[in-house]
Amino acid sequence: MVLITDLAIQGAQMLLVLFLAPLFTGLVRKVKARLLRRQGPPLIQPYLDLVRLMRKEVVLADSASWLFRVIPYLIFAATWVAASLVPTFRTGLLFSWSADLIAIIALLGSGRFFLALAGLDVGTSFGGIGSSREVMIASLAEPAMIMIVFTLALIAGSTQLSTIAEFMVSPQVGLRVSLGLALVGLVMVAIAENGRVPIDNPATHLELTMVHEAMVLEYSGRHLALIEIAASLKLILYVSLLACLFVPWGIESTGASVPTLAVGILAYLGKLALGAFLLALFETSIAKMRVFRVPEFLGMALMLGLLATLLRFVSGSF
Amino acid sequence: MTLAIVLACAGALLALAAFAVAIGRSAAASRIVYGASMIVAAISLATAAMHLLGGRAPESLTLPVGVPWLGSHFRLDALSAFFLVVVDFGALCASLFALGYGEHETAPGRVLPFYSAFLAGMTLVVIADDAFTFLLSWEFMSLSSWALVMSHHRVPDNVRAGYVYLVMASFGTLSLLLGFGLLAGPDGFYTFEQMRAAHPSAALSALALILALIGAGSKAGIVPLHAWLPLAHPAAPSHVSALMSGVMTKVAVYGFVRIAFELAGAPAWWWSIVVLALGGITAVMGVLYALMQHDLKRLLAYHTVENIGIIFIGLGLALAFKSYGMPFAAALALTAALLHVFNHSLFKSLLFFGAGAVLTATGERDMEHLGGLIHRMPQTAFVFLVGCAAISALPPLNGFVSEWLTFQAMLLSPQLPSWGLKLLVPAVGALLALSAALAAACFVKAYGVTFLGRPRTPAAESAVETDRFSLAAMMLLAAFCLLIGVLPGLFIDALAPVSSALIGAHMPEQTGTQWLAIVPIGASRSSYDGLLVFLFMVIAGTLAAFAIHRLASDRLRRAPAWDCGYPDPNPATQYTATSFAEPIRRVFGTMVFRASEHVEMPPPGDTRPARLTVHITDPIWDAIYLPLAAGIGFAADRLNRLQFLTIRQFLSLVFGALVFLLLVLAVWS
Repeated sequence: MVLITDLAIQGAQMLLVLFLAPLFTGLVRKVKARLLRRQGPPLIQPYLDLVRLMRKEVVLADSASWLFRVIPYLIFAATWVAASLVPTFRTGLLFSWSADLIAIIALLGSGRFFLALAGLDVGTSFGGIGSSREVMIASLAEPAMIMIVFTLALIAGSTQLSTIAEFMVSPQVGLRVSLGLALVGLVMVAIAENGRVPIDNPATHLELTMVHEAMVLEYSGRHLALIEIAASLKLILYVSLLACLFVPWGIESTGASVPTLAVGILAYLGKLALGAFLLALFETSIAKMRVFRVPEFLGMALMLGLLATLLRFVSGSF
Repeated sequence: MTLAIVLACAGALLALAAFAVAIGRSAAASRIVYGASMIVAAISLATAAMHLLGGRAPESLTLPVGVPWLGSHFRLDALSAFFLVVVDFGALCASLFALGYGEHETAPGRVLPFYSAFLAGMTLVVIADDAFTFLLSWEFMSLSSWALVMSHHRVPDNVRAGYVYLVMASFGTLSLLLGFGLLAGPDGFYTFEQMRAAHPSAALSALALILALIGAGSKAGIVPLHAWLPLAHPAAPSHVSALMSGVMTKVAVYGFVRIAFELAGAPAWWWSIVVLALGGITAVMGVLYALMQHDLKRLLAYHTVENIGIIFIGLGLALAFKSYGMPFAAALALTAALLHVFNHSLFKSLLFFGAGAVLTATGERDMEHLGGLIHRMPQTAFVFLVGCAAISALPPLNGFVSEWLTFQAMLLSPQLPSWGLKLLVPAVGALLALSAALAAACFVKAYGVTFLGRPRTPAAESAVETDRFSLAAMMLLAAFCLLIGVLPGLFIDALAPVSSALIGAHMPEQTGTQWLAIVPIGASRSSYDGLLVFLFMVIAGTLAAFAIHRLASDRLRRAPAWDCGYPDPNPATQYTATSFAEPIRRVFGTMVFRASEHVEMPPPGDTRPARLTVHITDPIWDAIYLPLAAGIGFAADRLNRLQFLTIRQFLSLVFGALVFLLLVLAVWS
């Protein structure tokens, strides 16, 4: 019985992130539009787009290989698995022990590896420019993320995300310098990893600084739909990660009764709404960077992570 | 009995080498030699694996050959057995690959005898149990591999590679010789048994460790002693490159582990600082060098440098934990390093085989002349992709498991009391993370430029799939990459006897855990389950494919590439390896390699193409090797005058030397 409940909760979590992800993207777009005094597309526009894309035929470039057709499924699978392992409304999920935070980061890294390959597959200059910039950004964002994971793991004594999240709710956390540094670093990494405004612009096409859009330029139809879902999943993953680490209140730890779970879900939805608002506010208030400013931005995130880890190594009280 | 079989296998390989000299010119020679090597390697592999998995007691054997009063001592313990598995598995796959690949060899007489001699040399190094046998086998291994590097001796680059290799190998052996001399002491305790029993003073064992680090490190390719490696490894035929990169560097790691963990006595705390710092620098420098390359085999050779760095980071952590009496953490770090040894031997062999297959299909090693091979060589492209993903440490493959374990070991190090280590370990962690991320970037480049895109030359356009032996070898390796990634617990448990023997503790048993997950310390602390992650990914991917194809659309239409409306049919408009690495070169290369770009733009009206040249300097070559070579040249010039002295001056020199030595002796005692 317990097993069935756990399975149901794990399944609910997987479906929840999958179905909330486009909504979250839509919400960010809507808030952004409203901040710019535009009406903006309806909230469910991303779902409509996905359905439209999925029903269209795929137009495949002549020089595309079998790998190009497999990659969308690979990226979707890796990102979905990673996203369903991040606690949203409840920690201690049935399979949360199967991959810790380092593994989740590495799963996202797999997704990026294959996406960058897809950019090179057709053999066009746009795909190449996107891939080469993406790996440059990743080569700094990933170590920064690992250092932040180190900090969190040293604070909580575990790399297991559920354990860290439970520790963050407990009163023994307190205010710590290293935690603050990790928060700033994680936000910077999240912005870079999801290609949000100062790094990349998700709303544009045909701009020389674009990264993600350049890689997926040759995709169409259902393949593009999968990549779009994966991008939304990645965004919601990072927001859930920030939520369960730094605003863990309301997250349910072990109980499975309906009221507590309802509270957990409501709290999670509230956090997502807040996250969408903050992200949109941030994006509208800052200009996009030149591409070779990005290393400085991410180098700072890396240094913040390294500093936080060093502080933890030097003394347990930081 | 087990050891006798292994020795017999080494003997058989030596006999095969002699036989290969005799039959070298006949048409069937390469089939015979590679087939026989494969069978011998398989027997030796089975024996060593049984010894390791059975957890048997060490076996010793003395042969009455070699130095008269010493004989040749051999010993098979858990550490030797593990490295024997690495050597023999690599040899097995390389021989299988060469059954097909060797047919394309233009001068088989220059490869075949040295090939089996090389295998015999590596086998003997890992089972040697006295300093003399060890060094003799070590030199035998170096020289036979040198001969293989020189097998295509009419290529000028190979001659230079062979020369640098020979110099560095002699230098490495010299420092090992001195190191063993220190450990043997004035009484000449040359067997490892006596060295284990002796308790050398702290200064002596420290000096021996540094010498071992230089000697084994120069063979393994630790920065700044790596200079020969990216020259020599690519110069050899591809199956030998795979053996040199995947296996011989591991034999060097074996030499270091044997001395540092066993023969040199109790480790001092600062040993680990040296090893960790070198490991971190090696990892990042190796991958940065690799990113600057566009020769596929040289890129792979530089990646070996990076992976050796990762292995030494693990070993350094193990030494640190061992010196502070934290056996379980030390066991974790050592297991991570050893697992990476095995993993790297798998995927590096696989990648070099792939490069060899590309080389035979197109005649090209330069990635700028390749492209689109996934259409022409689909199976090679698939297994090469597995290798690329594994070396980039992507779950659920094997490279991720060993790097994950290294990270877990690192997270235990705040408990170390030393301040130096407290400050160094986070920095090394950052370097490790950086090298992992850069490795992924590098393999996106290697795979994307070689196999994806459109063919850049007619040679790439007319490539054909490689032969079935080569494919079988690559598929075997790829299968093991996945197997270790999915079921790491089995392989970690197999390493338990090794860490028990060296450290006195081993990681907790992994096979009994739920769903075959690996739990290095405790379930609440960290766990990873490659099997479940793999299953989840397969299920999620197939589910998505099934649902979309059934419920939405499965139509597909081929059309010209979109490319924002301006597709250019010329394959030269694609990104190349050099242009792909441009952003990273700008971020890291300007600082490390003083990379600079020079654009040569012809004036208007001139129809010559514009040219972009990238200039990169090798900081280590410039800062260490060139001044050293200049210094040696200068000294040699000065010493040259000694040739032209008169007999009286010679005699007075001899007399002076005698007096000096006697004085030294008098002061010493």
